[in-house]
Amino acid sequence: MDWFPLWNSLRIAAVSSVLVFFTGIAAAYYAARLPRLVKGVLDVALTLPLVLPPTVVGYFLLLLFGSRKPLGEMLEQLGFPLVMHWYGGIAAAFIVSFPLLYRTARGAFESFDRTLAQAGQTLGLSNTYIFWRIRMPACRQGIFAGVVLAFARALGEYGATSMLIGYTPGRTATISTTVYQLWRIGEDGQAMLWVLVNLAISAAVLLTVNLLERRQKQEGRT
Amino acid sequence: MSLSVHIRKQVGSFALNVHFDTEDAVTGLLGASGCGKSMTLQCIAGVLRPDAGRIILDGQPLFDSARGIDLPPQQRGVGLLFQQYALFPHMTVRQNILCGLRRFRDKAERERRLHALCQTLALSGLEDHRPAQLSGGQAQRAALARMLAAEPRLLLLDEPFSALDSHLRDRLQPQLLSLLRSYGRQALLVTHSRDEAYRLCSRLCVMEHGCITRCGDTRAVFSDPRTESAARLTGCKNIFCAVKAAPHTVRLPSLGLCLTTSRPVPDTLCAVGLHAHAFDPSQPHNRFPVHWVERVEEPFETILLFRSAGQDPHAPPLWWRVPRDRLPHPLPEALGIDPQDILLLTNDPKEVSL
Repeated sequence: MDWFPLWNSLRIAAVSSVLVFFTGIAAAYYAARLPRLVKGVLDVALTLPLVLPPTVVGYFLLLLFGSRKPLGEMLEQLGFPLVMHWYGGIAAAFIVSFPLLYRTARGAFESFDRTLAQAGQTLGLSNTYIFWRIRMPACRQGIFAGVVLAFARALGEYGATSMLIGYTPGRTATISTTVYQLWRIGEDGQAMLWVLVNLAISAAVLLTVNLLERRQKQEGRT
Repeated sequence: MSLSVHIRKQVGSFALNVHFDTEDAVTGLLGASGCGKSMTLQCIAGVLRPDAGRIILDGQPLFDSARGIDLPPQQRGVGLLFQQYALFPHMTVRQNILCGLRRFRDKAERERRLHALCQTLALSGLEDHRPAQLSGGQAQRAALARMLAAEPRLLLLDEPFSALDSHLRDRLQPQLLSLLRSYGRQALLVTHSRDEAYRLCSRLCVMEHGCITRCGDTRAVFSDPRTESAARLTGCKNIFCAVKAAPHTVRLPSLGLCLTTSRPVPDTLCAVGLHAHAFDPSQPHNRFPVHWVERVEEPFETILLFRSAGQDPHAPPLWWRVPRDRLPHPLPEALGIDPQDILLLTNDPKEVSL
C-alpha cells in the first residue's frame, strides 16, 4: 500500500498549523488594539473562510494563484507554483483553518487579565518577554485548543485543496482526496482503509487534547 | 524625596483632574470607589497615559506633555502593588520574585536577594508554591516581595488590604507600615478606608469625582476637613447646609439652629459638619433641645439618632455616637457642641491644599 497520502496530509497540516499559529496569534493580538470599527471589518474578513463553502475559498485561491494570474505567474517564476503542487495544499489548509485559531486566540487575549501585563511592565520586563512568558502562558489553554482545531481542520481539508492542487497519486494526493477518488472508482475496501487511518489520527489528536487538559487541571490544583 | 503630580485625563464622561505635591514618606489618596484613585496610580506607574500634564519624581520628569516626555513603565522605577496582587498565575512564588530581579546578570546575586526578600517577608518555605495555593496574606507578601525586588524609587499601593479579611487587615497594617519605613522610599497608598488612611499615611489627599478636594497633613485633614467631600470621607456623619450669620456664628436652616464657632466663619461657607462624637449633654455652649428617634447598638458604642426641636421634617436625623459606659440614663433633653468641634466647610477650590 502506498502511504504517500498520509505523509502528504500530515506535512500540509503541520506546515499550515505552524503558519496559522504565528499569523493567527499576531492578528488576534493586534486586532484587540484596533478601533472598534476597523476591528469589526477585519474580524469579518478574517473569519469569512470559516463560513464560506471550501469550494468558494478554492475558487478565490485560483483567482489569485491560477497559472495565468499575476500572483500565480510571479510564484511560478520564483519556482513555487501553487496550482497542482503539494505546497498549494498548505495555502488551502492555511486559509480554511486560520479563523479557528484567530477566533480562539482572540477570545483568550480578550479575557487576559491586563494587570498581569502591567505588573510585568512596572517590574521592568520587556514587552517581548511579557508577551511570550506571561501573556502566552496565561492564554495557553485557549491558544492550544485553537491550534488543535486548526490542525484537525487542515488535516481534513477537501474542497479548496481539490480545487487548487487536484488529485495526482504520489504528488498531491491527501487522505481526504484519496478517499473520494478510491470510492469514485469503486475501490471501497481501499477507501475504508483510509477512512480508518483518518479516524485513528483524529481520535489520537482528541485524546492528546484531553490528556493535556487533564494534566493542566492537575497543575492548577497542586 | 518628592513627587509632583499634575495631570488631566478624560475617559468617556469621567474627567480626572489631579494636582498634588508631596514630600512625605507615606501619602494617602482617600476616596470612594470610582473616584479615580486607581487611575491616578496607573498614570504615575505609566501603564495608563494622561491626556496632559506632568509627573515629576525626585526632579526627574516621568511624564510631561509640554516637553513630549512619556517614559515607559519599565524606565520609571515605580513599583505598583495591584489590588488583586496580579501575581503571575503560572509561575511559582520564586519565579514571580525573580521577575523583579532580572536586571542582575549574576545568578548568585539573584539567589542572594531572593533569599533575603523571602526572609524579610516571611515567604521562606513558600518559594515553590503557585499563587493559587497562597492565602490572601501570603499573596500580598509575595506581591510586595516581587515589587521590592525591582527596587523602585516610589511605591504605589492600590488598596493593598481590600482583598483580605478584616481581622487579617488589622494585623497586617502595622507590618506594612514598618516594612515601608525600613525600605525608606516614598510610597503612595490608595484606599477607601479612613482608618487605613489615618493609620498608615502622614499626608492625605481626599479625592472625589476625579478631583482632589483636600490635601494636607493627615491629622489636619481629619480635624479640619474644610470641604464637604473631605468631611464625609473622613467619617463626618452630620453634614448640613449652613450660611454665615456673623463672624463667629453659623445658621443651619434645616436644623433651625444658630451655632457659635471658635474659628472665624469664611465668607465661602456652604455647609457645617458635626462629628457623631462631638455632642455632649454637659456642654454649656451651643445647647439645643432634641427629640430621640432611634437607637442602634454597636459592640462598644451606641448610636442615637435624634432631631433638633426646630428641625425641618424632611432633613435626615442627626447621629450621636457614645461609648456604652458614658451613655446617660435617662437620655438628656438637650445636647451641646463645643464651638471648636464645628467643622466649617466650603466648596472654594483655594481651600484644597492649604
